[in-house]
Amino acid sequence: MEGISLNSFLFVGAILFVSGIVCMATKRNLIGILMGVELVLNGANVNLVAFSRYSSIGIDAKFIALFVIVLAAAEAAVALAIALSFYNNHQTIDVDQADELQG
Amino acid sequence: MTTGEVLKTLLTIAWLLPLAGFAIEIFAGYWQKNRFSMAAAKMSVICIGMSFIFSLLALIQWGLATDWTALAATEHHGDHAAAVHHEEAGNHAKAHEPHGKEEHANTDHHEKTAHHDKDEHEEKHAVVPSTFSGRFYTLADFGKLKLSLDYYIDSLTLIMFTMVTLIATCIHIFAMGYMSDELTNDYVDHQAHKSDGSHVHRPGRYYQFFAFLSLFCFSMLGLVLAGNIFQVFVFWELVGICSYLLIGFYTERKTANVAANKAFIMNRVGDFGFLIGLMVIWTWFGTFSFTTSELNGHDIPGIFEMVRGNDGAISLTEDGNSMIFRDGEGHALKNEDGSNRTIPYTLLVVAGLGVFGGCIGKSAQFPLQTWLPDAMEGPTPVSALVHSATMVAAGVYLTGRFYPVFTPEVLLTIAYIGCITLFVAATIAVVATDIKRVLAYSTISQLGYMMLAIGISGWVAGLFHLITHAFFKSLMFLCSGSVIHGCHHEQEMPKMGGLLKKMPVTALTMLVGVIAISGLAIPFTIFGMKFAFSGYHSKDAIVATGLAYMRLNPSHIFLFFVPLVTAGITAFYMFRLWFYTFLGRPRDQEMHDHVHESPRIMTVPLLVLALFAAGCAIGGESGFLYKMLIHSEPAGVAEGVEAFAPAMLTLPSHHHIHAVHSEAGIYALIAAVTGMIIAYILYATPLVDPGEIKRQFSGLHHFLVEKWHFDTLYDAMFVKPMHIVASWCSAIDKKLFDSILHGFCAVAVKIARFDRQFDEKIVDGLVETLGDVTFSVGRSLKVLQTGKLRQYIMFIAASVVVLFILAFVLFPSI
Repeated sequence: MEGISLNSFLFVGAILFVSGIVCMATKRNLIGILMGVELVLNGANVNLVAFSRYSSIGIDAKFIALFVIVLAAAEAAVALAIALSFYNNHQTIDVDQADELQG
Repeated sequence: MTTGEVLKTLLTIAWLLPLAGFAIEIFAGYWQKNRFSMAAAKMSVICIGMSFIFSLLALIQWGLATDWTALAATEHHGDHAAAVHHEEAGNHAKAHEPHGKEEHANTDHHEKTAHHDKDEHEEKHAVVPSTFSGRFYTLADFGKLKLSLDYYIDSLTLIMFTMVTLIATCIHIFAMGYMSDELTNDYVDHQAHKSDGSHVHRPGRYYQFFAFLSLFCFSMLGLVLAGNIFQVFVFWELVGICSYLLIGFYTERKTANVAANKAFIMNRVGDFGFLIGLMVIWTWFGTFSFTTSELNGHDIPGIFEMVRGNDGAISLTEDGNSMIFRDGEGHALKNEDGSNRTIPYTLLVVAGLGVFGGCIGKSAQFPLQTWLPDAMEGPTPVSALVHSATMVAAGVYLTGRFYPVFTPEVLLTIAYIGCITLFVAATIAVVATDIKRVLAYSTISQLGYMMLAIGISGWVAGLFHLITHAFFKSLMFLCSGSVIHGCHHEQEMPKMGGLLKKMPVTALTMLVGVIAISGLAIPFTIFGMKFAFSGYHSKDAIVATGLAYMRLNPSHIFLFFVPLVTAGITAFYMFRLWFYTFLGRPRDQEMHDHVHESPRIMTVPLLVLALFAAGCAIGGESGFLYKMLIHSEPAGVAEGVEAFAPAMLTLPSHHHIHAVHSEAGIYALIAAVTGMIIAYILYATPLVDPGEIKRQFSGLHHFLVEKWHFDTLYDAMFVKPMHIVASWCSAIDKKLFDSILHGFCAVAVKIARFDRQFDEKIVDGLVETLGDVTFSVGRSLKVLQTGKLRQYIMFIAASVVVLFILAFVLFPSI
């Protein structure tokens, strides 16, 4: 562990983040988008944990990461409920079909 | 209970019963689903009948309490120094009897006995009037001014109560039959037309009629019972409003409305005088009470004592310009500085004339007599009530009641007013053809007799005539009502004739009334009492007073000859009416065939009243009625007054009148018989054609038919100028005030227009611009809301990148 620098962690976090963003921006499947969201959140978590190890923030960042995990779980539950409801209404989970709120 | 309390209670019940009846009956239209019920009428008859019983009980109670001393006393004469000869010394003992007994009858503290304690050694022995007075309730107390409900009971009050309730009962019963047309939901008024010429249809108002009758009786009884002049005024006005309601009972008929208004407005003219009288009385006397009343534990002398003291004489100051107030013992009342309290004599005259002014209006005396004939527009039972017991009787009653305040000058005015009235009205009655109008004018004429009698100190004669007249006039009115009912609301005598066989009861009872009013009956003795129809006795007494007055004041010769001649005219027009209506051949055969006698409910009251009209004055001057009345005669009337300053009038004493009584009786009888014979020749025999006489004197006839042009005169003097002033006022209103108002309106419209422009252009413009801007901004921003989720994410990602780049570019030092 000693040989691994902060930059490596941030690099992994950035890859996760960008993967998540790309996943969200390209997938039409709502489940896929949710997975992208999880990736983005976990990229952020990696950064937080890394900062807690290598910077002066300390244990606080670890707790924030813990909160993010909990919130992600809750968010996933809500989002899955939306997905189910959406499916019931549209017989599909293609997000391009969800354009009722367009101006 | 003391006698006073018993009398008070009985009369109060008799007084308030009709009010209770009214209060219930007026709502009868609501609690009766239909209008076929006679409940209201029965209620009203029961109330007034009970009133009569209570009045009668009160009369008997009064008589028992005074041991009927009023009847025991024989004709008494004052000891007028100049003329009285004490021939009837035997009367002294009898006259002293009531003296002691009445003291006994009036032991109650609050019952002030108007008791003039004359010195024993003087040979004065006038019967002491026993009076019960007191207070029901104090309405208001303004410092010294006290407004209260008082009562004042003497034999006059009791006689009036009994008379009013008896006659009213008969009239109520009669009206149950007469007004039965109204027992319907759809009454067709044949004399009221709508604008398209059809008859007015309306629901019957049977219950309402009886409610008003009850209220009328209540008002009249209240007036009679009243113990102060202010209370009299209150009930006076109530009587006025009741007559207004009843005269205008057929409110759909324009003539009825006009007549009701006329009666009311004419009375207002008289009441204005009444108010002036009240002001003078309050300002100078400081009390409204007739007789002594109690205030804060002190006895305050009433108006009567203040003017007349204990001996019935007016006490003047030495210069004769003021009158000294006295109390019941004859002592002068003192001011705080010890000087005598006085009133300027002219103001005393003004007070008397003012109050008499009210009586002129109420009793339809000259010059306010024109309302009474028009009041015939009311239903006939109302006419009977107005003309006998209530409305017009109120004026004469008050003149009699207020006699002590009238100075000899006022009395002279009263006498002349009565004298003019009785002659004018009698002459008009001669040419009237409407059966009710003949009776109306005869009422005015007879009221004139009463006023004349009171004015020439024939106090008893006037009120005697009031009572007898009430009976025979109500009888004749009800008879005329029966005729009108039988003839299907035909009132014109020229269309009648020959009704005697068709309506025997009506005709014969009417004949009783006619004989009574004419004063025609030849007196004969029955059971030791002189018996003649009532009018004979009362008119006789008036003519005798007139003769005595003329002998003492030779300049006032008219006050004897006019009533004497008019007695003849009275007999003439009354018999003319009777012959015209009931004898001869039918003038309208078709109507004659349909005539029928009235139902029993209407004829029974006629019979009762005929009995009283014939016999109520039985015995004449030694009869019950006369003695009861003379018992209430104000002190000082019996003795007469000699050459009273400043007008130097001499009023006859009872002795003077008695001396000429039989002489005057013969004159009056001759006049009446002459009148009757002329009427017989003209209207019951074919000897002379009355139409020919009418043509010969067409100018005079026209003058009389036009009622001496009084209506024309008043029209020209008051109504037309009033119209002109009114048209001026309306012109000022229209031209001046309206133009100012219109100017204001135009300015307001201009301001409103400008305001509208401002609102539309500026305020609305601002608001709309704001709305438009918001709308267009929203429209342009809406393009961003694509609804594409992935696009949003691209935005977010791009924004994050941009934020990073910005952060590096802008804050490179970090």
